[in-house]
Amino acid sequence: MQQIIYFFQKFKYFLFFLLLEFIALFFTFNNLNFHKSKYVNSANRITGSLNASLSNFSEYIDLKSKNELLSEENTKLRNQLEKNRLVPSKDATITDSTKYRQKYTFTQAKIINNNYSKQFNFLTINKGKSAKIDSEMAVINSLGIIGITENISENYTRVQSILNKNSKINARLKGNSRYFGTLKWNSNDYNTVQLHDIPRQAPLKIGDTVETGGKSTIFPEGIPIGRISKINQGNTTNSELEVQLFNDMSNLRYVYIVKNLHKIEIQSLENISNE
Amino acid sequence: MNKSIHQSLFFLFLLLLQVIVLNNINFLGYINPYLYIVFVFLYPLKENKFPLLFYSFILGLSIDFFSDSGGIHAFSTLFIAYIRLFFIKVYFKKTPLDYPFFKLKDESFGKVFNFTITLTIIHHLIYFSFANFSFQNLSIVFLNTLFSCIFTLILFFLGTYIFTKKEQ
Repeated sequence: MQQIIYFFQKFKYFLFFLLLEFIALFFTFNNLNFHKSKYVNSANRITGSLNASLSNFSEYIDLKSKNELLSEENTKLRNQLEKNRLVPSKDATITDSTKYRQKYTFTQAKIINNNYSKQFNFLTINKGKSAKIDSEMAVINSLGIIGITENISENYTRVQSILNKNSKINARLKGNSRYFGTLKWNSNDYNTVQLHDIPRQAPLKIGDTVETGGKSTIFPEGIPIGRISKINQGNTTNSELEVQLFNDMSNLRYVYIVKNLHKIEIQSLENISNE
Repeated sequence: MNKSIHQSLFFLFLLLLQVIVLNNINFLGYINPYLYIVFVFLYPLKENKFPLLFYSFILGLSIDFFSDSGGIHAFSTLFIAYIRLFFIKVYFKKTPLDYPFFKLKDESFGKVFNFTITLTIIHHLIYFSFANFSFQNLSIVFLNTLFSCIFTLILFFLGTYIFTKKEQ
């Protein structure tokens, strides 16, 4: 007994140090797992409200460019609307978002904290449980995809950015050939992401558009992502493509959160077939 | 009493400076200074090491909360807080009797420079290794460490030059 007390006396600083280091390591490993990082994240009341007031302050700087973006999007949407009105026949492409067969709802939100220079990047947005946000919802804006929601508090949500080494998103080539692959990020440059697993026989050109594939329950089909900027064709059957993003990930403000109304239905079906 | 208020104000100042200003600099796209470790440099020397270890852990963890980095800042800050005394013994040749009278600004520039650069490099190296979290891209880890160290040290020495009162 004497020995144990003596031991604790002698190494008390070191033991305290070890204890705190283990706590820090625990938080670190927790943070790397999608959906498990419930302790240390920026979607809590204190960090959320501070970030929100800061972003209110810095919002005025890029008000003009954001307005231009908004009016561009308006024009695009108006054109789409007119197209549907002029050709009311069955030949027109029928979108799933018609009144009685609605598949997605969109919620507007504002980014109040944005990381893009690290290896595991996250964003914080100013909508939470009170606005019916749940985890694993898509976050997009008018130019392309941004990320997937992860941790939710009452008024704030943390979003795993596509610029995160854990991010994996189903994507395909736009056009007639519907080859699809997985979108990942190698943490080198925040303007480019990598598209993996595209088959070798797929016809590829630099400048081709990449969009979401619609094979997940998170992202709707056909949301733009970026343009192919480089094709690395090695000796494997797959080729890795560099994709230049349409979005400037360092300059984001307003986003839409996409909720898939059929998600539970689809997932329950898929779980049955797995058993 | 006065001293502890001073310390906690300094703590808050460093925390807010880091999360509001310095985390958003992104010089050349990715270089950020991590000036908050100055807290470890300037914390008064004491026989009892528990307060320093605890406060530096809390400071690191608070910065982790704001920058979504798990517990990386807490880990690296705590590490340099633990090994600080060893380097004070190595560079300044102090014995426990000298601790109450030790002040960083009274020491010669060369010694202070060695002391701060050692702790900064260790902190940044641990931080960027954990932020990278793989054995790929090790060159990026070293480059980040180098550039951020330079940035942090420039800010630290400018800050001490500006904020120390000149004695006449």
